[in-house]
Amino acid sequence: MATTPLAESSAASGWQRRLANLIQPIVLLLPSGLWLTLLLVAPTLLILELSLIPGFRLGQPAGSYGLGNYLEVFQPVYLQVIGRSLGFAVGTTIVCLLLGFPVAYWIAIKAPKHWRNLLLVGFVLPLWTSSLLRAYAWITILRPSGLLNTVLELFGLPGQSWLNRSPAVLIGLTYSFLPYMVLILYASLEKLDRRLLEAAADLGATPQQSFWKITVPQTLPGIAAGGLLVFIASLGDFVVPELLGGASSMTVSRLIYNQFLGATRNWGLGSSFSMLLILAVSIAIALLLKYGDRSAARS
Amino acid sequence: MTSPLPSAAPKIRVSWQAILTGLMYGFMYIPILILGFYSFNASRFSATWGGFSLRWYYSLLNDARILSALRDSLAVAFCAVAISAVLGTMMAVGLAKYSFPGKGLYRGISYLPLIIPDIAIAVATLVFLVTVGASLSLWTIIAAHIVFCLAYIAVVVSTRLTGLNPHLEEAALDLGATPAQAFIKVLLPELMPAILSGCLLAFVLSMDDLLIASFTAGGGANTLPMEIFSRVRTGVKPDINALSVLLILASGFLAFLSEYIRFKGNQRRLK
Repeated sequence: MATTPLAESSAASGWQRRLANLIQPIVLLLPSGLWLTLLLVAPTLLILELSLIPGFRLGQPAGSYGLGNYLEVFQPVYLQVIGRSLGFAVGTTIVCLLLGFPVAYWIAIKAPKHWRNLLLVGFVLPLWTSSLLRAYAWITILRPSGLLNTVLELFGLPGQSWLNRSPAVLIGLTYSFLPYMVLILYASLEKLDRRLLEAAADLGATPQQSFWKITVPQTLPGIAAGGLLVFIASLGDFVVPELLGGASSMTVSRLIYNQFLGATRNWGLGSSFSMLLILAVSIAIALLLKYGDRSAARS
Repeated sequence: MTSPLPSAAPKIRVSWQAILTGLMYGFMYIPILILGFYSFNASRFSATWGGFSLRWYYSLLNDARILSALRDSLAVAFCAVAISAVLGTMMAVGLAKYSFPGKGLYRGISYLPLIIPDIAIAVATLVFLVTVGASLSLWTIIAAHIVFCLAYIAVVVSTRLTGLNPHLEEAALDLGATPAQAFIKVLLPELMPAILSGCLLAFVLSMDDLLIASFTAGGGANTLPMEIFSRVRTGVKPDINALSVLLILASGFLAFLSEYIRFKGNQRRLK
């Protein structure tokens, strides 16, 4: 007799919980899902559509569908822009890897243990400042009468005119993304099994040998993750090539900007470049998921 | 008897990695220090030192365009982050607790704002807003900023959620708490450090965004990055140096706050 109400109430609460399990995910996930669909997925699909309308311009009647925009991309002038963007991205990735690995290695392995977190935070701190102002700072340094040439002059060296040319873009991109590389490589190096290094040393391996045979292979997923993330970030960057690159360093992102907000206003062509940029980034992400150290990348 | 003194300091050997690391710290900080240095330069032409002066700070604080741009930026960042904090946290909790068909797709889409270059998001949003006939204003910037703010907050909160004990909330439910009570009294306090540091990150990103704001602002609104961009693309401006210093100090404070919250959060977790 006494058990009945108890069973009833638990049945009721079970029913309630099942209802809650149905409603809660909808309440929790629907608003963000709608927002992302409306302001990210739908717009991207629209860009895909525009990219298939050759020569679409705002305010003009849309033409028929076709691959004209994508064929236009193969004009030498645009291929050069794509080549330059890829060159900047690959160059930045290589420079960041060469500079970032020793830094991450020193912080993760050589530096005193108590200091490691502080050193790492110190290195990535500049990321908190405005990317626009960080690029602007390099204008101050690289312009003809700037700090670099003042210092070079002091030592009697010839002045450089890097501003508004490729070297300035490479310096600016490296400056922007080096902290990401160090952060990811650090996460990877920190997990390195040091006993392997000790064992190798005991067995007579030179530091160089154990570096190339143990450290590098063990951190390869981190290297892949860091490299691909820096590649993605520098490929899509607009501020650095715009402010430091000058007229001679047109990149894909600047081209897209000009097609939409600049003088040319060919939205169809701009859309096809935008889709190509998304495609390139997607390929890099696919490689990252396949070969990269995901846990390190997430940091 | 005195305790033995620590042995003589070990011979300091400086490896090339240490030297390179030192140089790289210099590389990261020298540009910032130079901005600070020149912001106190009385001379308009910053290559020459014309003596210490606060004139650029004065001219900055009397610059109505900069101040109104700052106000626009703060309004966008506060609104976008406040809405994203709620939506992003709900999304992270929903993704952690429930499985449903299409979850992989949902999660994948939620990562997109972190991955797709800003320029591609910016033009897509512009085309969409023009297509639906929305009039561009501060509100369209806010709507566009919510997209990436909520994605970043959700990622930070998700990371925290994976480290939480799932039984805490169940225990609260078994003890008779309603799901809402269990969420507010048990889960939310545990997530608070992550929500706050996610919000700080989103706030900084929103204040820093040039492209998405430029494409969604229309004529009326002008955020701080847009104003800075239009000034510095025509060369070096001393009052921008002064602005840089103030903004760098502000972001340094936010960075410190974020690290402090993370530190406290970890401490609480270890207890």
